[in-house]
Amino acid sequence: MNWSAVAAIYRFEMARFFRTITQSLVSPVLSTSLYFVVFGAAIGSRIDQVEGVPYGAFIVPGLIMLTVLTQATSNASFGIYFPKFIGTMYEILSAPIGYVEIVLGYVGAAATKALFIGVIILVTSFFFVDMTILHPLVMVAFLILTCVSFALLGFIIGIWAKNFEQLQLVPLLVITPLVFLGGSFYSISMLPPFWQGVTLFNPVVYLVSGFRWSFFGTADVPVAISLVAIAAFLGIMLAVTAWIFRTGWRLKQ
Amino acid sequence: MSGIVEVDGLAKRYDGGFEALKGVDLSIREGEILALLGPNGAGKTTLISTICGITVPTDGAVRVGGHDVVRDFRAARRMIGLVPQEINLEPFEKVRDTVAFSRGLFGAPRDDAKVAAVLEALSLTDKAGSQIKELSGGMKRRVLIAKALSHDPKVLFLDEPTAGVDVELRRGMWEVVAELKRRGVTIILTTHYIEEAEAIADRIAVISKGRILLVEEKDALMARMGRKEMVLELSEPLDALPPALRASGLALGADGSSLRYVYDVHAERTGITRLLSDLQAAGIRVRDVTTRQSSLEEIFTGLVDHDAREAAE
Repeated sequence: MNWSAVAAIYRFEMARFFRTITQSLVSPVLSTSLYFVVFGAAIGSRIDQVEGVPYGAFIVPGLIMLTVLTQATSNASFGIYFPKFIGTMYEILSAPIGYVEIVLGYVGAAATKALFIGVIILVTSFFFVDMTILHPLVMVAFLILTCVSFALLGFIIGIWAKNFEQLQLVPLLVITPLVFLGGSFYSISMLPPFWQGVTLFNPVVYLVSGFRWSFFGTADVPVAISLVAIAAFLGIMLAVTAWIFRTGWRLKQ
Repeated sequence: MSGIVEVDGLAKRYDGGFEALKGVDLSIREGEILALLGPNGAGKTTLISTICGITVPTDGAVRVGGHDVVRDFRAARRMIGLVPQEINLEPFEKVRDTVAFSRGLFGAPRDDAKVAAVLEALSLTDKAGSQIKELSGGMKRRVLIAKALSHDPKVLFLDEPTAGVDVELRRGMWEVVAELKRRGVTIILTTHYIEEAEAIADRIAVISKGRILLVEEKDALMARMGRKEMVLELSEPLDALPPALRASGLALGADGSSLRYVYDVHAERTGITRLLSDLQAAGIRVRDVTTRQSSLEEIFTGLVDHDAREAAE
């Protein structure tokens, strides 16, 4: 195990984050504040309560998930795509490191950035709504699992992508709709029965539901199922990543 | 004794079916400078990429310092530094940071003094805090070398280190290479500039169409295949060669004021004595004589052409 290589990649990726700290932080904080204003204040004033939770507080876990998923995916995909694009990948491929080090470095850094932003949004939300977190440890566990597994997804996208369009495609066409339709801003019990059934095929539902449970103790699906779902997702991502490195797919000729 | 790098029957066929390497055998001695010479597309970069782990071989094996580059890749790659042909650098990173990054990547502990020393050796000290995008092309190339040297490799691969580099910078690069050799680093450089191989290599390997055509000491190669050309400047121009001299292999220059004679330095008889006495007998007066050793370029072109002719037959 080459730990100094893991540290080198991790530091390099974090340096990119801090080099552009303004856009890394200001934009998620700003967009979250806008969501609070629009959904929380404008719409929330008409909805009042969902499952006994004030609407403004109810959307906090969903908002955090929305941003964390997007940030973990895009940071990781960009992190590994950029060396491919500018050609510095040669150094990673010729270094005395295996895929474990590469994944730990890139995915670890992307997950850290997403976690960082998630925490900042959480802190920001306390300025807008009054709430207490019922199960803080479960909340942290959900947050970290989500950051890691979606950073892995981003990593896979970054290796798969052959150009910047493809790099944007999956987050735009898949992740954003899944999150919006995953009960971020509503309880799925508010949907007609047919759509409730369809929604259960959306993995993000389990994430948001479990994450919301850690805040308020109410959930759309049992929290144990949520944990199993996110663990299964993580397992699939790890398996795909392992396969990529074993075959050198889109990395080596 | 086996070399520090042993390439054994290495073959590489790309997915499209193109065979870049067709069974390469090569033994590189510790501490030498080996120039890998070949035309564009000969397989130079593929050979280096395969040794360094960027390309997966189809067949054959490579050992670096006794470590197989596939099975024991960590130990093998720790010994290797690679300077790629293209200038591939993260534009927004600082020079110092990118060198420290490479050092970490190759498993060496953080050592700021070592990074500073590498930058000093490549005259980059005053650019240590600059972003890569602010540097000139020559400086960027030196940054690539600094990155490759950051973890004290035993074997350094330089892929076309002076392609597109001006004459002054090229000489500077040769000095860097010579200094590394003094420190005991084994250097393999690819080039299609013959002067470069001639100037700094100990041994020369010629590669063409995925095969090594020869590996030989530079001096021996030059001597073995060296032909010399003698040019005789005449006092009075001639309209044509006198009949007595026609059989001698002499050629009359375009304006009739010089004679050209090509001979093999190692032949038992060079024919020079006879030529000179024949000239005297014919009453031709010579104003000046110059001789010129044929360059590696001519040897190389001859070899590659010969190979191409054989392949065609």
